[in-house]
Amino acid sequence: MEMNKDELISLYRQMLLIRTFEDKSAEMYAKAKIAGFLHLYNGQEAIAVGALSALHSDDELVTHYRDHGYALARGIDSRFVMAELYGRETGTTGGRGGSMHIASVEKHFWGGYAIVGGHLPLAVGLAYANVHHNTGRIVLCVLGDGSTNIGTFHAALNWAQLWHLPVIFLVENNMWAMGTAISIHSSVIEIYKKAAAHEMYAERVDGKDVLAVHDAVCKLAERARSGEGPSLLEAVTYRYRGHSMADSDVQRSKEEINEQKQRDPLTMYLTNVLLKRNLLTDEQESQIHHEVEAEVDEAVAFADASAEPALDTLYDKIYAQPVANMQIDGSLIRPAALYTGNGTHG
Amino acid sequence: MAEITFREALKRALREELTRDPDVVIWGEDIVAYGGGGAYAVTAGLAKEFPGRVRDTPIAEEAIVGVGIGAAMGGVRPIVELMTINFALVAWDQIVNHAAKLHHMFNGQIKVPMVMRSPAGFGRTAATHSQNFDSWLASVPGLKVVEPATPYDAKGLLKAAIRDDDPVFFIEHLQLYGTRGEVPDTEYLIPLGVSERKREGRHLTVVTWGRMLVETMKAAKVLSGEGIELDVIDLRTLRPMDLSLAMQSVKRTNRAMVVEEGWRSMGIGAEVAATLQEQVFNYLDAPIARVAGLEVPMPYAKNLERATVPFSDDVVAAARAMMTNQY
Ligand SMILES: Cc1ncc(C[n+]2csc(CCOP(=O)(O)OP(=O)(O)O)c2C)c(N)n1
Repeated sequence: MEMNKDELISLYRQMLLIRTFEDKSAEMYAKAKIAGFLHLYNGQEAIAVGALSALHSDDELVTHYRDHGYALARGIDSRFVMAELYGRETGTTGGRGGSMHIASVEKHFWGGYAIVGGHLPLAVGLAYANVHHNTGRIVLCVLGDGSTNIGTFHAALNWAQLWHLPVIFLVENNMWAMGTAISIHSSVIEIYKKAAAHEMYAERVDGKDVLAVHDAVCKLAERARSGEGPSLLEAVTYRYRGHSMADSDVQRSKEEINEQKQRDPLTMYLTNVLLKRNLLTDEQESQIHHEVEAEVDEAVAFADASAEPALDTLYDKIYAQPVANMQIDGSLIRPAALYTGNGTHG
Repeated sequence: MAEITFREALKRALREELTRDPDVVIWGEDIVAYGGGGAYAVTAGLAKEFPGRVRDTPIAEEAIVGVGIGAAMGGVRPIVELMTINFALVAWDQIVNHAAKLHHMFNGQIKVPMVMRSPAGFGRTAATHSQNFDSWLASVPGLKVVEPATPYDAKGLLKAAIRDDDPVFFIEHLQLYGTRGEVPDTEYLIPLGVSERKREGRHLTVVTWGRMLVETMKAAKVLSGEGIELDVIDLRTLRPMDLSLAMQSVKRTNRAMVVEEGWRSMGIGAEVAATLQEQVFNYLDAPIARVAGLEVPMPYAKNLERATVPFSDDVVAAARAMMTNQY
């Protein structure tokens, strides 16, 4: 898909927004505004931005827990994402899910999922639903290299291929699964080759090259849309930070990380494409920087100003359809009759 | 009213719902071709009647449940069959971490209107094929768990489960498939989360469900001959659990017993007994009794299997002991 100048600039802006957002999140984590697991996306920005720019805005998106980049690239308001990291009522899931479970079903982002491989069958089912309802929408399912060894990976690929469903499995191969290097965790280093076990079409792309990712996903989306079935795309990349903010990252060498930073997706795109083709001036570039920083500052201010979810909403939405005599007493779901009878309970 | 089998009642529920709603689909292992449809023949013939909507799947329980969840998220209403509940363990992550969590974790943005049907219980199939996971499933917030005892309930509850917007685990006891009971030809639904008094009696409240309801009713006949009248409450839904009838009953009988097939420790019986003593302690004249399965991996040998699982005679013995204050 040819992109015009504005679209090309927008790719850069989105990547910069993600990087700035992630750096700010790390800062807020250090300040204990954010807790638990926080998996940052620094270094991998070109994949989310390249992939989503190749899809329709109503194509279905399902990702793993490293999901902020996808949320922002899908156009979810950065204030709501930051508020979710804070666990506030204005967050994308009202403080229920946190960092690993950002979602906006309205924008066809069905969420980040935190059980390795657990979301792959869901993506296949979602693809089925779209075929069943003849919507023409396809599904992008994002996972890491470490998620290609678990049973659901193979079960999902087999099923998707067997039923010929419109889903793209996008593997972000950042060479590490938590603290385990790919050579230690996988018998196959070139991950895309695993698709061959299911006779699924697969490709490998430079995950640091946003335009290459964009082109690859365009092609695979076209395949899926025209009824040629599922595919797998391996995007080779690297993450700059530890697995999560809880990771001391002693297992990776400084040399390895520094070497990877020599091929930075943002810098490469800025210098080799935008500046080289005179699509952007230095002034415009610093203007974008200012805007992005202001947006992220605003997101933090918004999260800081937002309230925690109200305690009396604790039991909300456990069931979509509560049954007739289900009532809450603070610790258990009990029949309503309990409260009208003359039991010994207070 | 015609008498039909439990199996036929389930099939009628499936057929009616497939006919009513084009979004209903049925997926599972060996539910189409094998033996005409299903390891226990519940789906026999349905694939022919509803082409494309009743499909065989790979042997991959994590995917059967997981793909079902995804389809449900997207507005399909899948009924997935797990060949036996023992294989649900392979799908435990999908059931507990996904089906049960998504509505709440995503703050109501996602619904999972899916039914997981599965046969449970024993049948000379040894340790890995004879289990009940009632209490495990029923302890998970976000799941609904249903286990009918009669053909009438099986049909009405399954239809309600299919129309429900939450994930429902629907447990079918293997020994019940061939049992018979009256089922009307006209349509009816039975709401989830509502228990039912299956027998009126004034001496002892028995709380039970599934196959143990059948055994309890047999026991009630024997005991009635001895002047002991059981008040039998069928839970029908294990989560959310409705103990309102059981509590009312205890206020009249002043004695309660819980009868379950599964392992005793940490069982449903423990939960029911704990709640009853919290709520109606002042009405109890005796400790609450539990009749339950013995805690051994199920042996194959006929006599050992028979000794492991409770039957009506166990209920009779426990009831006699209770009524003579020997429990
Ligand atoms: C089933 C399961 N096992 C273990 C974990 C803990 N865990 C979370 S992420 C992760 C590594 C996954 O690596 P990869 O798939 O390569 O994704 P990345 O984090 O590199 O993006 C592990 C072991 C988990 N969440 N789920």
